[in-house]
Formats: sequence, structure tokens, C-alpha cells
Amino acid sequence: MLEIRNLHVKLEEEDKAILKGVDLTVEAGKVHAIMGPNGSGKSTLAYVLSGRDGYEVTDGSATLEGKDILEMEPEERAAAGLFLAFQYPVEIPGVGNMTFLRTAVNAQRKARGEEEMSSGDFLKLVREKAKALKIDAEMLKRPVNTGFSGGEKKRNEILQMAMLEPKMCILDETDSGLDVDAMKLVSDGVNALRDAGRGFLVITHYQRLLNHIQPDVVHIMAGGRIVRTGGPELALEVEENGYADILGAEVA
Amino acid sequence: MQSRRQRIDEQKRGLAEKRLAAVSLPAGGAWATAARQEARQRLLDAGLPVRQDEYWRFTNPGLFTDAGVAAAELLPADDREAVFAGVDCLRIVFVDGVFDAARSGDLAAAGIEIERLADAATRDIHWARELYGKLEAQCQSPVARPLATLNTATAGDGLVIRVGKPVERPVSVSYLRKDAGAEAVLHHVIRLEPGSRLTLLEDGPGAARFSSVAEVEVGDGAAFHHVRVQGRDHGRQAVTALFVRLGTASVCKSFTLTANGRLTRNEVMAELTGREGVLHVAGAAVGDGTAFHQDDTVFITHAAERCESRQVFKKVLRRGAVGVFQGKILVHPEAQLTDGYQISQALLLDESCQFLAKPELEIYADDVKCSHGSTSGAIDPDMLFYLRARGIGIEEAQRLLVLAFLAEALDEIEDDTLAEEIRRRLAGWLERHRA
Repeated sequence: MLEIRNLHVKLEEEDKAILKGVDLTVEAGKVHAIMGPNGSGKSTLAYVLSGRDGYEVTDGSATLEGKDILEMEPEERAAAGLFLAFQYPVEIPGVGNMTFLRTAVNAQRKARGEEEMSSGDFLKLVREKAKALKIDAEMLKRPVNTGFSGGEKKRNEILQMAMLEPKMCILDETDSGLDVDAMKLVSDGVNALRDAGRGFLVITHYQRLLNHIQPDVVHIMAGGRIVRTGGPELALEVEENGYADILGAEVA
Repeated sequence: MQSRRQRIDEQKRGLAEKRLAAVSLPAGGAWATAARQEARQRLLDAGLPVRQDEYWRFTNPGLFTDAGVAAAELLPADDREAVFAGVDCLRIVFVDGVFDAARSGDLAAAGIEIERLADAATRDIHWARELYGKLEAQCQSPVARPLATLNTATAGDGLVIRVGKPVERPVSVSYLRKDAGAEAVLHHVIRLEPGSRLTLLEDGPGAARFSSVAEVEVGDGAAFHHVRVQGRDHGRQAVTALFVRLGTASVCKSFTLTANGRLTRNEVMAELTGREGVLHVAGAAVGDGTAFHQDDTVFITHAAERCESRQVFKKVLRRGAVGVFQGKILVHPEAQLTDGYQISQALLLDESCQFLAKPELEIYADDVKCSHGSTSGAIDPDMLFYLRARGIGIEEAQRLLVLAFLAEALDEIEDDTLAEEIRRRLAGWLERHRA
């Protein structure tokens, strides 16, 4: 599904390399987790894949179902099936959540040559998906993320994911700022989307999210590279011993 | 030796003389003729504005004060759909500033008193004499409004409206154009008796050079709603002045959309004279190109306690367009518990545009709440990326964000249908003016 080869990325504004040769393959139907200390390049990887400005790819490639995504505009990547759940969802005063969702759904359909969803079908679908995430009508009516609590913002991200039905989902620190109940809601939302045709890349600093979203593969990222790859037990090892032990062992 | 100020004053008076020499006093009965002559004299004393005047530093008044009118190309008629076409209202049409009876509804059937100024002015006695030129004259201090005085002296037509009860059906006034070089000068006088209500809609490019003054008295407990669309002809010039006097617990909400136009100056002078009055003035302006210059100049006087005023002005500028905002809140010592709010913001779609803002507060009461803010900036890149990351194309994302930026001003329109109409107009403009 998602193939990243020898990806090197630096900041556009300064000569600072952040990713220094990332290799990663996420297969359809699998959940991969990336863990790592602050500053290891996890979020940069998420932003570069989704097409945010400010980064320059100096080497390597990233493909989604064989298509080079690094050459695409952000909206083209989204239409190709890539979705980033933001660590810090952006507040957009003045744009209603419903308008936003509907515009996004139809823009992607249009880009893929599909027919727009009728407003009746859209309403039905959004109500059904929102209900599962305990998002009420009031929250749907409000401007995008504006005045939302941390938990509400993250649930809203998952709602967008559920509506857009992407092939490849990248979750950037989705657990940050969540209490236990919100984490459960968000995880249930993600788990409901797990599907043989869909890949997940879950970026997190802590192991706790992975108790709820069970990964198939766990990677440890440090210094702009994947330094270790293993099964779910690797996450538990981090939880037990911290990153220092693992990274120390790598260096040794 | 003459001082610099004396020289400027002489220049201003010279402009007034020259301008007045080019127009004749409109026909009318005793009261109208007296009011016009009085205005004429006031203008000869005060003179027309020049760039050196404090409130004309950001906007060159030359096109308004010149004796001749700069022609303005007509936008092809098939290019537009009538504004407020879907709204059930009494329609009144002026073409190049001349009342068009054939295209207007029956004034007598409106359920309120509406007359043409041209008719009311011929009468010897008319209630309008208590207002015509009176609010305008009162508002000449502390800041002179000479173009409004010129209007009082020379306007031959307009509407005289008296509302005695709550009126649901809006009165819509369209100012259409036929002649590329016409000048229109219209003067409206509106009185809302206590407890009454009126919605006034205005739309259209007006004329090559358009001047309109409205003097509005909002009686105790009355409500005046005003939604105006200044249309799209690129070369047109418009100067408007809205004078409002609000009584106890009365409401006035005025919103203006300005699209295109070479030069637009909209002035609002309002005085809250009774307690618990509510006054909102808002505007959205969109302009593309160096030939666009739009100016909102507002002066709100709080002269009674527990009144609320809001000024919300948003401008979207691209390719060298210029926006101006000059807004003042004056709070008299007796106007305790005033709640004043003022915001003016410009969205600059590229670096060639200019927003010139002059917010002012002058407060003599000690227990008031007044806030003001003014910003200018580009589209937020984080918001844009967020929308694009969800698959929304860059142009559509920008349009959504521009409309979102304007939303606070549009929220000032109380009627949802009217707000939606304005939103549609703006979306259309954005569609036509892509990067």
C-alpha cells in the first residue's frame, strides 16, 4: 500500500536534515506503529507524506499503490486515498463543520471521476458515523474545530476519516491530549475502519494508544531513521524500559 | 501672509463655489428651497474636502469634488441577476438617479407613507422638513461632512418614508444605470415612529457618479434594518452618507456589500440618544485591481447610557486594491455602561494591496466597555493546508476561507434569506475573480 524508500528530507528554510533515509512498507490490512522520542522525525514523516509546505525531499521515494505521491499536490494525495489525522487539528472559524465535510467528500469524489453525493445521502451517512463517535448535531453545526476541546478535535478527525474512507490512514499522535474515555472512543472509531484493504500508520510517543489499537508491526524511529522493527512486544519494551535503553542497545 | 490652513480653506471654498456654480437649485416649495439654500450657504462657508483634511488623507476626494463627471463603462446587463430578486418586497427603481415609475411598485399600496422627495418638496408644509438636512447639519461637528451638505443642497429626488407600525415587507430601492456619464444625487428622509419597524434594501451601481444621503430617525422602541449592495460596474464612483439618530431602546442594523467600483466612500454617522439603543454597522468589500478604492468612515456617538454599538468591517483585496477604514466611537460623560465594539480587518490576497485603518476611541465616561481591533494579513497557510489535506482543491479552499473571513460581517445581517443572498453574491464574485 504505502512504500517509503530511503527518504531524506530537510527543512526548506534551513540546511537541517530531519529524515535521513527512512525505509518503510505498510501493507493493506495492516496496522504499523511508529514510536520514538521527541524530535526523532515522526511528525515530519507524516507532514511530508501529506504534502505540507516547508520541507524538501532530497532523496528517496514514497508511493501509494505504486503512484509517486511526493509529486502530487496535497489535495491529489487525499483523492488518491491518503489521510492524515492531525496532531493539532486546525480551527477554521467561519467554515461550518458540515459544509467542510461535504465539500471534502464531494471534492474527492469529483477528483476520482465519481458522482457527487446527494445531500440526503450525505446527511444520513454523517449522522450515522457521528453517532458512533458520540458527535452530536450541535458539534456538526459549529465551525470546524473552533472552540472544540482536545478530545472533540480528535473525534472530529476520526469522523473525517470515516466519511472519506481513505486507503491509507496516518494518525499523528492522535492520543495526545486525550483522556481515557476519549482515547477509547477514538480507538473504537479507528478499529471500526480496520479493513483488509486499508493500511494504517499510527505515530505515537506512548505505548498506551497501542493497547487500544493493536498494531501488527512496531517501528522505533530515532535520529531520522527507523532503528528497530518488531512485533507488538516492542512497544511494551519501550513502555518498560524507555527509549534510552533501546536506543542505547542500538548504538552499542 | 496667509497661513497654510488659510490657503487650504480658501482652496476648499473655491472648489465649493465652482461646483455649486455648475448646478442649479432643484425646483421645490418653500421648506425645501429654504433647506437647500441653507445647505448651499453652509457649503460655501465650509468648502469641499481636499486631501489635506484629516479624514481624507487615505482617500482622494477629487473625483467627488470635480465639476465634471468621469464616465464609467456599463457592465453588460446580461451579466447579472437582479439583486434581492427572490425577496418579496416593494420595489422602487431609479435609473441614473431618476425615478422610474413604470418599473416601481405602487407607493400608495405599501402600507406605509412613501413619497418621492420631488413631490414632497413641492408642498409648502411637510413633516420631512423637520429632518431634511437637519441630521446632516447636526453631524457636521466635530468632523465636517461637506459632500453630504452638497447633496442636501442639490438633490432633486429621493424618498421620503414614514413608518408608523411594524412593516414586514421590505422596501427595496434599486439604482440602475443606462448612461455611461450620468450623475445621480439622491436624498432620502426616513422616520420610524416609536415601536415601528422597517427593512430597507438598496442595490445597484447608481450612476457614473452617485451621491446618496439618508437621514434616518429611529423612534423609541423602533427597529431599522438596512442591507445594501453596491454593484459591480468597475468605473463607477459612489459617495454615501447615512445619518441615524436612535431613540430609547431602538435598533439600527446596517450592512453594506461593496463589490468593484473605482471609488466608494460610505460614511455612517450615528448618535445613540436614548438609553438601551442598539446600533450595528457592518460591511464587506471585495476589490480586484489598482482601480479599486473603497472607504468606510464611521462616527458613532454614545450620548445615553446602556447602549450597544458594533462596527464590523471586512475587506478582501487583490492585485493592488485599496481599502480604507476610519471608525470612531465617541462616548459622552453621561453614556455610562456603554458597550462598544469595533473590528476592521483586511484579507490581502497578494502583497500589492493596501489596507489603511484608523480606529479611534474617545471616551469621557468611566464605566464603559469598548474594544477595538484592526488586522490585515494573508490567508492562513495552516487552514489552507488542512482543507487541501482533506482533498479540497486550492481554489475552492481559498474561496471557503475568504467567505469564512467575511462571515463575522455577514452575521450582522439578521434576516437569513438576505444573508444567504449576500453570501451567494460574494461566492459569485470570488468565482469570477480567481488568482
